[in-house]
Amino acid sequence: MKYVSLVLISHSQEIVNGLKKLLNQVQPDVSIAVAGGSDGEIGTNAFRIKEAIESVYSEKGVVILFDLGSALLNAELAIEMLGKPDYIAIADAPLVEGAYIAAVEAGLGKSLDEVVRACEQAKQMAKVARSDAE
Amino acid sequence: MAFGVKQAKRWMSIANDHIQQQKQYLTELDQAIGDGDHGLNMARGFQEVAGKIASTNYEDLGSLFKDVSMTLIAKVGGASGPLYGTAFLKMSLALAGKKEADDKELVAALEAALGGIKARGKANAGEKTMVDVWEPVMEFLREKGSVHAKEVELLAKEKMEHTKELEAKKGRAAYLGKRSVGHIDPGSASSYLLFAALAKALEE
Repeated sequence: MKYVSLVLISHSQEIVNGLKKLLNQVQPDVSIAVAGGSDGEIGTNAFRIKEAIESVYSEKGVVILFDLGSALLNAELAIEMLGKPDYIAIADAPLVEGAYIAAVEAGLGKSLDEVVRACEQAKQMAKVARSDAE
Repeated sequence: MAFGVKQAKRWMSIANDHIQQQKQYLTELDQAIGDGDHGLNMARGFQEVAGKIASTNYEDLGSLFKDVSMTLIAKVGGASGPLYGTAFLKMSLALAGKKEADDKELVAALEAALGGIKARGKANAGEKTMVDVWEPVMEFLREKGSVHAKEVELLAKEKMEHTKELEAKKGRAAYLGKRSVGHIDPGSASSYLLFAALAKALEE
């Protein structure tokens, strides 16, 4: 694959499906796989995450973004089940804003490290400008 | 004491019975300090485990616990899926190729399971998690070198109740900070049920 790929994990299938749709509109060239829910219910599933990673994996790299706690445990478990391949990074970033930045940066042909660093900046990003007086 | 495929199957079957009976209780504990799905998730996971292992013939303990692990990883939605899944995966590796485990081997396998839980959850004792049941139980077993069923059950129960006094440092409950004090940790409660089931399976 030409670009860094993304894997989006959420407890809800609808969240990642919707997010993928949004990102495809912004950056259609970047491969995005999703793993949302567990057996059609709320939750996350290590096997589904593993399949999602496999479907977009390349030496260019894969960035994983997730929503809440147990998604991280299952993502780490999925990576272990894959035999801990190189070129996978779990980003410590908010899912929506982080994935948006990751898709844009990946589409610019940035490296795995650069994409991860860029999307982790989303944590510090002010969404509402406030003056000190407020 | 012999711990073979028959005892292991009994352990999982009794654990399933306990969890089905306590499904509502586990859910109530989780509603207080988590997202309220622990009972549901555990009941779904262990129902699948019980069905899977009852209908399969196992040559050794390793392959039995491998199936337990994979089923829990696939079927339990919350954090307890990867945590218990990893625990039983470590047990299956420790007991690979063994038709029967003696006391020392069973204790070593449970020790490996605890190691898996701590590594997966990056948790230590005192953080109001299932580790607060597992760690003292394993300390006791390590000391004794054998599995004293009744004492294990009582100790696990006491340690589960002790999580009430702790402040959560991991998972969803950690967001509540001090408000988590006064509630039993749901993961420690399901871990107690597992040890109680093991005790019962070994007594029979």
